[in-house]
Amino acid sequence: MPKNEPTTWPALPEPARRRFLSGLASLPLAAAAAQTSTPAQAASVKTSARIVIAGGGAAGLTAASRLASALQGATITVVDSRKEHYYQPGFTLVAAGIKPQDYVTSATSSYIPKGVEWVNERVAEIDPVGNKVVTESGKAVPYDFLIVATGLELHYAGIEGMDTARIGKNGLGSIYHSPQAASATWQALSQFADTGGVGLFGRPAGEMKCAGAPLKYTFISDDHLRRRGNRGKAELIYMAQSKSLFGVPIVAEKVRMLFQDRGVRVNHEHVLQSIDLDKRLATYKTPTGTAEQAYDFINVVPPMRAPEAVRNSPLPWTEGPFAADGWMEVDRDTLRHKRYPNVFGVGDIAGVPKGKTAASVKWQVPVAIDHLIGDITGKASTEVYNGYTSCPLITRLGQAMLIEFDYKDNLIMSFPGVIAPLEELWISWVMKTMALKPTYISMLRGRA
Amino acid sequence: MKELDPWVFLSVFQEMLGFWLWIMLAAAVVGVVAFVALLVRERGLVSRRLVWSEVLGIFGGAVALVIMAKVSSSGFTDAGGPADWFLIALVYGVGLVATVVLAYTVLGWMSPRRSAR
Repeated sequence: MPKNEPTTWPALPEPARRRFLSGLASLPLAAAAAQTSTPAQAASVKTSARIVIAGGGAAGLTAASRLASALQGATITVVDSRKEHYYQPGFTLVAAGIKPQDYVTSATSSYIPKGVEWVNERVAEIDPVGNKVVTESGKAVPYDFLIVATGLELHYAGIEGMDTARIGKNGLGSIYHSPQAASATWQALSQFADTGGVGLFGRPAGEMKCAGAPLKYTFISDDHLRRRGNRGKAELIYMAQSKSLFGVPIVAEKVRMLFQDRGVRVNHEHVLQSIDLDKRLATYKTPTGTAEQAYDFINVVPPMRAPEAVRNSPLPWTEGPFAADGWMEVDRDTLRHKRYPNVFGVGDIAGVPKGKTAASVKWQVPVAIDHLIGDITGKASTEVYNGYTSCPLITRLGQAMLIEFDYKDNLIMSFPGVIAPLEELWISWVMKTMALKPTYISMLRGRA
Repeated sequence: MKELDPWVFLSVFQEMLGFWLWIMLAAAVVGVVAFVALLVRERGLVSRRLVWSEVLGIFGGAVALVIMAKVSSSGFTDAGGPADWFLIALVYGVGLVATVVLAYTVLGWMSPRRSAR
């Protein structure tokens, strides 16, 4: 447990008993408004605690901003080597030809709060027994509290024959890789929309970030083909990794109906195993062996797993569904590590069901921070993360379904009776294209 | 319910509009003040000018919809349900009212001093 705790400090105001008004959360503006803890309210806890945040992406920066405004005297250190920050929810829009490549990139430095130190190096090792993080250059950064927000690793090497340098060429698309790849994927898709042929979509087995994105891109491809009058020349196939199209049954059923409506063929229990980029041939693992499928365009979604520094640490689950890929063993309600109580895991790295999205970050981080501050003040937090996440699932250019759900697969409605979750609406598209990014940036700054 | 925090709204709009947020807010404040001052000066509304402003307002609403479609990368066939029609009506309404107030105020201050009565 942490050392160096001062013995006296002003007590935190009793956290308002906040029911998760999760409904409002994915409506970015409303979600922003639903947030109570503004920096001005919170800056009251004095401490000399050393807090290290491993990872400076969405979750790490949000945590840094919230800690910086809530604590006085703490040493807060962010460790991350990447200078560019990616607004990942925008990758799909770049790959859809809706937004330019630079829409999703900005500088990490512009979000590092005042008073927070940024060690511009990769996290090489996490030692929760010795309470330290070791960087690539061998520098040890000791901590009293650790927030792990390393994000995840796109494991392209898990697909035999895949070469990320060839994204955008010969019908190969892969949105997740980078802003450049998202843009190159748009070039490949645009070409496919002109010529038609076989388009392959799908997702990996195991946990992944934004499980709605592969579905969105299928719908977007369908719409581009229709707009160019070439839908009749194309066959779109969605290779689902399981017997379902989405983790939430009621959403899966809706997507099934929409795919039927748009003429998208579905093959269940097909996981991309290898790819021949020259012959444009994809090989899938199925329950009965392997299946080959030739393509003219493919959107490759790589398997995802915890980064090496976490996988090689004692932090991952040792059993259960999250063990194999190294996801962190955290309590799903508090995001606190189950074996190392001064360690929290937020964002993609957290081994919890559902939610590797920015919306999850928005709701996870305040809970984890509240528990961390509770440890400092000695007043235990009662905040709970209910698994809330959201996905504006684009179903055609100009329309999306605002899907929000929790750990229990309950659909959550922001505005019951106004915005139906399974309805294709323009208003949801407007939120995705206009309001989501400003809300996200506000979140990074700790203001939403 | 969580409390609504106007500062959060402000933060989001600032990220969305940048410097334009302040220009738009300033324009709105100046416009409303000038409109009220005009009403005071003329001791009421001038019907003829109001009608012309309303005619311009019809176009102003349409322009607001065009701008909205442009900034949200949308087309004109994207409305899918009642919430969309509500948003369209809202955008049109805001464009209409803003144009009427603006046109009435500008025309009023440009025209020779007159009284509504």
